[in-house]
Amino acid sequence: MHIPDGFISAPVAAATGVVAVAAIAVAVKVTNKNMGEKQVPMMGVLAAFIFAAQMLNFPVAGGTSGHFVGAALAAILLGPWATVLILSSVLVVQSLVFQDGGLLALGANITNMGVIAGFSSYYIYKGIDALFKHGKAGTLAGAGIGAWFSVVLASLACAAELSISGTSPWAIAITAMGGVHMLIGVGEGMITVAVLSLIMATRADLLKLQIA
Amino acid sequence: MKSKWWIIGLSIALLLAIISPIASKFPDGLDRFAEDYNFVDKASEPAFTVIPDYSFPGVDNETVATIIAGVLGTLILFGFVFGLASLLKSKHEA
Repeated sequence: MHIPDGFISAPVAAATGVVAVAAIAVAVKVTNKNMGEKQVPMMGVLAAFIFAAQMLNFPVAGGTSGHFVGAALAAILLGPWATVLILSSVLVVQSLVFQDGGLLALGANITNMGVIAGFSSYYIYKGIDALFKHGKAGTLAGAGIGAWFSVVLASLACAAELSISGTSPWAIAITAMGGVHMLIGVGEGMITVAVLSLIMATRADLLKLQIA
Repeated sequence: MKSKWWIIGLSIALLLAIISPIASKFPDGLDRFAEDYNFVDKASEPAFTVIPDYSFPGVDNETVATIIAGVLGTLILFGFVFGLASLLKSKHEA
């Protein structure tokens, strides 16, 4: 879902750039205040894991593939603000070093895959987890559903940016992007649940590192 | 195992980078949309390239080039974000 340069207009790039910079500024403040020694290796491992997992495109339907985003996993493990920092770092390195996602489109990509995906999955996860009184099934259901929404909502934000930029008409962008990402989101949900299950089974204490 | 869980986590990430050549070559959701609706040509060429297309330049074997790119990226991100988090962590906590 990495937008290259040329797909979005200058005003859309600037507006999403402002959103991204503001989100990163708050994220720096919040993590600076609330992050301890224990979260440091989790930050590094999640960034490394998300980068590597994003390379592994999986086929979905009709000659199309999707890839893990990882914002939901990061948000569940470390909270949404740490997620903004992790996904922003991944997206900056992908853009600068690997030419995946445009430099001018960085703000849009951070807004979609970091801010929108991170916050949406976090609150959906929290809601469902609380509804099931924080039992294992509720935690995993919340994670899977939150992860699915994170990808679908990020893709709809991407579709909106393309439409406002005049690249594609609204109805087509929303249907095409939303449709395929409803499938890709299932993969996101499965990977997120699988990783959380592994952590639950081996190191359940690592599920308690959220930075508010 | 108890204290060094993150070494296992980083190893899993590196393992994923090493198997990354098996990734689907199909275009992703956004690329597919751009191809189907004929705006894929709007994408501008990057101003500079370092390791384009997750393929380390100058390595003829495509599989090896992808693995080198993946492992490098994984280590860069671990180092960068670990360093960033070390700088940001609260000074009040031991």
